[in-house]
Amino acid sequence: MKFLFDSDTWQEIYGSIRKNKVRTGITIIGVLWGIFLLVVLLGAARGLENSFNKAFGNFATNSVFVWTQSTDTPFKGFQKGRRFRLNMKDIQVLKSEYADEIKLLAPRNQTMNLIIKDFKSGSFKVSGDFPVLDQIQKKKLIYGRFLNQNDINSSAKVTVISEDMYKQLFEKDKMPIGESIKINNINYKVIGVYEPSNTIDFDGDTAYIPFSTFKKVYNTASNIDWMMITANEGIDIEQMESDVLLTLKNLHKVHPEDERAFGSVNLGKEIAKFTGFLTGMQFLTWFVGIATLIAGVFAIGNILLITVKERTKEIGIRRALGATPKSIRQQIILESVFLTTVAGMIGIILGASVLKIIDTLFGQGVDATLVNPTVNIPIILAAFTTLVILGTLIGLIPAHMATIVKPIEALREE
Amino acid sequence: MIKIENLHKSYPIGKDSLHVLKGIDLHIKEGEFVSIMGSSGSGKSTLLNIVGLLDIHDAGNYYLNGQLIKDLNEKKAAILRNKFLGFVFQSFNLISYKTALENVALPLYYKGINKKERLKVAMDYLDKVGLKDWASHLPNELSGGQKQRVAIARALVTNPKVVLADEPTGALDTTTTDSVMDLLKDINDEGMTVFVITHEEEVANQTKRIVRLRDGVIINDTLTKVAKAL
Repeated sequence: MKFLFDSDTWQEIYGSIRKNKVRTGITIIGVLWGIFLLVVLLGAARGLENSFNKAFGNFATNSVFVWTQSTDTPFKGFQKGRRFRLNMKDIQVLKSEYADEIKLLAPRNQTMNLIIKDFKSGSFKVSGDFPVLDQIQKKKLIYGRFLNQNDINSSAKVTVISEDMYKQLFEKDKMPIGESIKINNINYKVIGVYEPSNTIDFDGDTAYIPFSTFKKVYNTASNIDWMMITANEGIDIEQMESDVLLTLKNLHKVHPEDERAFGSVNLGKEIAKFTGFLTGMQFLTWFVGIATLIAGVFAIGNILLITVKERTKEIGIRRALGATPKSIRQQIILESVFLTTVAGMIGIILGASVLKIIDTLFGQGVDATLVNPTVNIPIILAAFTTLVILGTLIGLIPAHMATIVKPIEALREE
Repeated sequence: MIKIENLHKSYPIGKDSLHVLKGIDLHIKEGEFVSIMGSSGSGKSTLLNIVGLLDIHDAGNYYLNGQLIKDLNEKKAAILRNKFLGFVFQSFNLISYKTALENVALPLYYKGINKKERLKVAMDYLDKVGLKDWASHLPNELSGGQKQRVAIARALVTNPKVVLADEPTGALDTTTTDSVMDLLKDINDEGMTVFVITHEEEVANQTKRIVRLRDGVIINDTLTKVAKAL
């Protein structure tokens, strides 16, 4: 290993690299391109993955939404086309029957109303909710707080509004907390303002009021419009969805095979499609990236092989002057490793710069397509090491070629 | 210094083989200035390559500096070349991207001598061949004669036992030929064994002993006037 730290060794390599600029340049570009593509591809894939994650980020991804429609099969004396409603009794039954499976359950009632503040007004969705909603669909509050259990218990006339509603209804810079707004001509005290979600959102600009208050004000008795259910860790969400629907069909005297009576969306299933897509894309990225790297390494090998042919005479002279085959091999391999290393580093730097540019161009704002495109340093180090090792191995071939040629044959080359 | 007994060498050509050296006996003592004369195809280059350890013989014995050359692997050959032999080629064979000084210093690099010492010794030898002022020039900035003088300096720099010169003046005009031959003579006068291959009578006549080869055998081995004059 002594030769590695010998300044003469490096002097020789520096000399041969410096004096053969074109050859050096082409070799470097071959490898550089490989690692550059790998970095950019991996980064872009990561960016896409991040943007998906961001889109689903605030939402419990193992959620099922259930609502009622009308039956499509006559059952137990009922005509088909019957309309019916979910109610609080269903909620109690589901909670007790699926205590192990269900993590959170949010019954919801919603309507549209005119909302007035002083001389300003707007038509918005009004939603009767439990505090649990905040756990299923995280609300980022700018001011105040979300609904709590006290609000439910006391059927308080309080509301949480969106930032857009606040801007639309309030004078600029007016503190909204504690102010009264009129919903359907009833005064509510504003207790919180939330940021609009930049991810998937089923509510939009909604004034959230306590479920119990909604029930009283809109006289909904124990009826509910729809519910959100999230499953515990490790629960098969699709199985839970079909079990819950079967229980509900039973409770509402709906034919078990009835396809139309209940509507449901399984967010987990929808997301699984995306993650499947992401996995496929990652596989593709790796495949293309590694294939490119290998192509790059072969490019070095190829160029080195040409180089050796081109340098046969020089190698012959060196051997006539007393260079041992080992010293020739060492020089060629070291040259290949050095070039690969330099090219790899430039490739990583260029790739990272391109990712930075992508981030600046496409990674900012609410509807960013590639969020924070980055590459894991261990991955890059592994790729880099592989490259250098492959570079060494492939450098062995021309190095060997250089030493099996008899010096006399090498010298004869004109 | 060089002792060759019944040396044979043939090259395979297709299925047949070409018998190039057909039993050469030659003894060159230390301090001799020998030229091998012969037309092309006489086997003189083959002989030089074998003597220079650039090629291996098929049969016979070859002693270099008293050491029998046998079953030599490349590594051993490289070390022996570096230690005992200095080469001068017809086409100079300087490394194009190294300066005159670096070219001269190269054999010392393979000998494992440190850089400072290397450059100092190389400069001394460049000075000896009269090219001290050209030390930092690349080979393509030198004339043919200068290139060959650099090559001679390179051959001498390891202080070898024998300098082997393969048509050293083949690519030079008459004037530069004389200056190169004068240089070789000076070296020989200092005690160095010099072994020249040539097909030019004028060149051979400046050496002390002429060995004539034809079709792979020595047909004549005489001392020249130069030697007789001494």
